[in-house]
Amino acid sequence: MIAIPHGKTVEIHTPEGVTFALPLAGPVVRFLAWIADLGCILVLFFTLQPLMAGLFAMLDPDLGAAVSVLTYFAITVGYGIATEWWLRGQTPGKRLFSLRVLDLQGLRLRFSQVVIRNLLRAVDSLPLAYLVGGLACFGSRHGQRLGDLAANTIVARRTALTLPDLEGITGGQFNSLRAYPRLTARLRQRVAPEEAGLALSAVMRRSRLNPEARVALFAELAAHFKTIVTFPPAACEDIPDEQYVRNVVDVLFRRSSGSLNDRRSGTPSA
Amino acid sequence: MIIDLDRFIATERPYWEDLEACLQTLEADPDRRMAYDEVLRFDYLYRRTASGLAQIATYATDPQMRAYLENVVARAYSAIYTTRGGGRRFRPWSWLRGTFPRVFRRHLAPFLVSAVILMAGGVFGALAVGLDGEAKAVLMPFAHLQGDPSERVTREEQADGHKRLDGHMAQFSSQLMTHNTKVAILAMALGMTWGIGTVLLVFYNGAILGAVLLDYIQAGERLFLTGWLLPHGAFEIPAILIGSQAGLVLAGALIGRGRPVALRARLMAVRGDLVTLIAGCGLMLVWAGLVEAFFSQYHAPVLPYSFKIGFGVLELMLLALFFSLAGREPAGPATPKHSEGL
Repeated sequence: MIAIPHGKTVEIHTPEGVTFALPLAGPVVRFLAWIADLGCILVLFFTLQPLMAGLFAMLDPDLGAAVSVLTYFAITVGYGIATEWWLRGQTPGKRLFSLRVLDLQGLRLRFSQVVIRNLLRAVDSLPLAYLVGGLACFGSRHGQRLGDLAANTIVARRTALTLPDLEGITGGQFNSLRAYPRLTARLRQRVAPEEAGLALSAVMRRSRLNPEARVALFAELAAHFKTIVTFPPAACEDIPDEQYVRNVVDVLFRRSSGSLNDRRSGTPSA
Repeated sequence: MIIDLDRFIATERPYWEDLEACLQTLEADPDRRMAYDEVLRFDYLYRRTASGLAQIATYATDPQMRAYLENVVARAYSAIYTTRGGGRRFRPWSWLRGTFPRVFRRHLAPFLVSAVILMAGGVFGALAVGLDGEAKAVLMPFAHLQGDPSERVTREEQADGHKRLDGHMAQFSSQLMTHNTKVAILAMALGMTWGIGTVLLVFYNGAILGAVLLDYIQAGERLFLTGWLLPHGAFEIPAILIGSQAGLVLAGALIGRGRPVALRARLMAVRGDLVTLIAGCGLMLVWAGLVEAFFSQYHAPVLPYSFKIGFGVLELMLLALFFSLAGREPAGPATPKHSEGL
């Protein structure tokens, strides 16, 4: 799967009072998906056109030539409509880049939306290489080209479908902070959800950071958490910054008394 | 307060997985009708997962967990709240004899505006050629129109004049269909420029038409001109005007002057109509392409001009009757004001 950098989102408010965000695809990723689709169109054309034209040319060469023209038109105009309708908002190019066309309200696409957004490529592609559409994408709050505006659609990125693996937070190491239950309780009380989320995110993504950035990030995070609650030197001496942050995350997100690490280390739970 | 994520996942995971399984079944077959018990279960799972998402969003900012739950909730939300109307079965005959003419009549004003713009362009083109002969070379994009009209008439009225397209008629016809359909689509799409692009495109086409008309009239070739243009023009010109009508409808929704309705709602209201207009226009251009290639290119003495003109007039009358009368209810409630397109 191709990794895509994070960007704009569109928030959907459900009648149940729940809000969720759909991450939007940027113009560059969409352009790459279009290049991939262009490749598919060419392959489709060079496969179907000789086949269809040859078949009809057996009846009449003129008919074969006519079918060739019509095949080209049908493929160039119909490719986006057909694939987005049958693949529920995805063309092969969009699928390759994990993109999907959705209704702006997060609902399923209607046929008229698919047709309008694809026919309006005629204006989005002006003067060449989707310049108008690209500029509209950059200027639009929801990253919409003109066809998307008219059809009330967005192009969303499909997010990863995996749950966080909390087992590896401490890396199997003894969590020295858990030896101080009153201080860990204070830490939980004082850390804001955003700070906790940031730390968890850093731990989860640590392997994707380059070594210098990784050291600098965890040094900054460790220093920040040390200002919130000061643990005795015995709990944090000789512990690298990264391990300290991992211990903090473990304390924040794994409070249950039967926590795996606690059971492994045999320390009393918080 | 930070949520106990470990325990939360352990408790809720089976429900999320259950909801994902339901979604996969639904997404594989969107038209599948769920049993009553399945619907209840699906609704329960959606609400429970949505509640989990709300908890995560409130108590613990874990991006990966949140992204996972948002994905599942978004898919379930889409499945629950999308109305069934979109899955209505399309009936081509009913659409052609009912929906298309009704939608055309509902947006008659933009069609008439398009016709006026085309005529204005025609007057401009005629004046340009009339006042400055060199304008012909600039206005007419097709090489076969740039020569002397009388020479062309003499050439094509010769005994074997009609044979010039032999063996290429079907190809010529398909080229006409696809080219004109692209122009109509562009006329509609340019509605997104607040209609300015649509107006310019129609005006330009009118200018070409006006220049051709005057050129042939000045050369004394009125009969040839009428017999040549009317059979296919009876469908082609109204079709291009319908493409422009769609563009102006789109522009009207975009501008929304004097209507206290949000842009999104305005565009949604005309979306189906736009698809109907452009699909109908495409159909008319298929007919026009066939007529232009297989009928319009034959001139007297092969096909008498009276016959060709009569055919064109008959087409125009049938088209006018179709758009005036087809799809009207004999009596009863008024036709719907909302979009009823595809």
